[in-house]
Amino acid sequence: MSAANEQTQVYQFPEDEPLILGNPTFKDVTNRVLGVLEAKAPRGWWLSLFAAASLAAVLFGMIGWLFWEGIGVWGVNVPVGWGWAIVNFVFWVGIGHAGTLISAILFLLRQKWRTSINRFAEAMTLFAVICALVFPGIHVGRVWAVYWMFPLPNQMAMWPNFRSPLLWDVFAVSTYFTCSLLFWYVGLVPDLATMRDRATSTIRKKIFGLLSLGWRGGNRQWKHYEVAYLLLAGISTPLVLSVHSVVSTDFATSVIPGWHTTIFPPYFVAGAIFSGFAMVMTLAIITRKVYGLEDYITDNHMEKMVKIMMLTGMMVGLAYGTEFFIAWYSGNPYEAFALHNRAFGPYAWAYWIMVSCNVILPQLFWIKKLRRNIPVLFVGSLLVNVGMWFERFVIVVTSLHRDYLPANWDYYKPTIFDIGTFVGSFGLFLTLFLLFIRFLPMIAISEVKNVLPAADPHNYEGHHGSEEKHASGDLGMEGAKS
Amino acid sequence: MSDATVKGKIVGALARFDDPAKLLTAAEHVRDAGYRDFDCHSPFPIHGMDDAMGEKRSMLPWIVAGMAFFGGGGALLMQWWMSAVDYQLVIAGKPFFSYQAFFPVTFGLAILFAAFGAVFGMIGLIKQRFHHPVFNSDNFGRFSDDAFFVSIEATDPNFDKEKVLDFLKTIGGLEVELLIEQNEELAVA
Repeated sequence: MSAANEQTQVYQFPEDEPLILGNPTFKDVTNRVLGVLEAKAPRGWWLSLFAAASLAAVLFGMIGWLFWEGIGVWGVNVPVGWGWAIVNFVFWVGIGHAGTLISAILFLLRQKWRTSINRFAEAMTLFAVICALVFPGIHVGRVWAVYWMFPLPNQMAMWPNFRSPLLWDVFAVSTYFTCSLLFWYVGLVPDLATMRDRATSTIRKKIFGLLSLGWRGGNRQWKHYEVAYLLLAGISTPLVLSVHSVVSTDFATSVIPGWHTTIFPPYFVAGAIFSGFAMVMTLAIITRKVYGLEDYITDNHMEKMVKIMMLTGMMVGLAYGTEFFIAWYSGNPYEAFALHNRAFGPYAWAYWIMVSCNVILPQLFWIKKLRRNIPVLFVGSLLVNVGMWFERFVIVVTSLHRDYLPANWDYYKPTIFDIGTFVGSFGLFLTLFLLFIRFLPMIAISEVKNVLPAADPHNYEGHHGSEEKHASGDLGMEGAKS
Repeated sequence: MSDATVKGKIVGALARFDDPAKLLTAAEHVRDAGYRDFDCHSPFPIHGMDDAMGEKRSMLPWIVAGMAFFGGGGALLMQWWMSAVDYQLVIAGKPFFSYQAFFPVTFGLAILFAAFGAVFGMIGLIKQRFHHPVFNSDNFGRFSDDAFFVSIEATDPNFDKEKVLDFLKTIGGLEVELLIEQNEELAVA
């Protein structure tokens, strides 16, 4: 199996375990994924939906109270004018990034293992960005003026300030959401056609017929479809890097010690991918357990994801270290104070939670056994997201709470409404996710079929192409089928 | 369906194949026989099918590139007009037209328009229609599950309803059938 068997042998990629276990046929894949949707919803789904929807109701209650009463209900005040709303916004946008990385970058890198997880990772992106968009929408205080964020002609004859990173954010995040939605929908089209063709009632047939654009799977359609998919992957790839970079400029272009740092863009992007993969892993572990999809979302997938988490976690750790190094090396007393205050000031507890969860904990996964231990991965992925939430908290709050005049110094505390809004946003996220796994195929059916050995014409005996094999088509399964 | 008594307009012919390799070979045969309005239907895209069918490359990249330039150029123009012409505002002494600061929005809108171009361009290019001849077959629904089909439309100049079924059988087609438009008004037998 390993690459270095023999000197005489040409280098081969180490032979992986199969992407999908149990060697299913095309029909098995359809039946398996859609069987979940066609069966009655399990009791657990109803209970989860009830719990999630109740939490989402809490969110809307909190938002209603905020609109009625004003942002004074939150703990924000001078000097901490940016509180949990911004922390939550950055947290949720960051989570979305793993979905785009899986659907776009791993597609361009021909990582075939992504096919089992890309659909629900993309859905996770959409729902996370929806949760993120709630916060800038409500945190402005005067919600009836949110349209000022957009360059719309208005009675004041004013235009937004395009030199402000806050406006860049509006464009970056709304573009991100739209592109993710389009990419997700394009991926769904062939699967919606499968649902149309399996539908028993006329109304379902009509709905899915419409949604699938009358898909007929002809190569004259596939050839444009594949190019569209590739291009969408290509244009989503810079978004993975640009969106969180723009978010980081909200901080980095200010002159606040602790924020005014040039490493923020790559540091934020690495953190985003890190937290996003943790969220994909949490959801994947629950979903595959509930629906028994362990042969589609395999331990191998988990191991690959946790390796990406280790990499990005160490990048984040490197950024933490660099911040300290620069604070010392620059000789800037304000920067040095901000960083010292971060690690040893009143919020040291938050800082060290962040370091433990994001830097120390992932080091456990150097051990292969732990990379394949599902309970450890589950707890680990939850803790990583705890750590990443605290990272944003640390950046936002510790940089603000002790500003230039010691008379202004304060210890920021959230109110019950801050907490309710944040917890409620998980309700919204989980409600949307539960509805998604109930009504749409959570595994990309046609893409999974495409990575089965049987999908490659070169794997059939007697086909004239079998002599002029492509490296990419060689899965070591020639003639296994047919 | 291949009995001669069926009423309706013949709009094409359909044959099923067992696996991707057989479909690929069949596509080459249909191409070599001179058919033009034919298609190969499969649950997933098949590597090498464009060559087998003699298909040209998709022109979608040109549409997407055009849309990206339109979006980015439009965004830059918009920011210039709003910030440097219509509503000049001195902020920290920065120039009214500061292209560095305008880059994120320009980039964002270029991506956004490119994405719209990719999706709507694709919808246009796939000749999306809800009543394609192939949907007249009861068997055809299997294409989205595990079956592979070749369809030849009656609009093809080489289409001959007497010969096409035999042709599809000789190239290895299973469950060969004529596609009949189930529309009473058009019934011509």
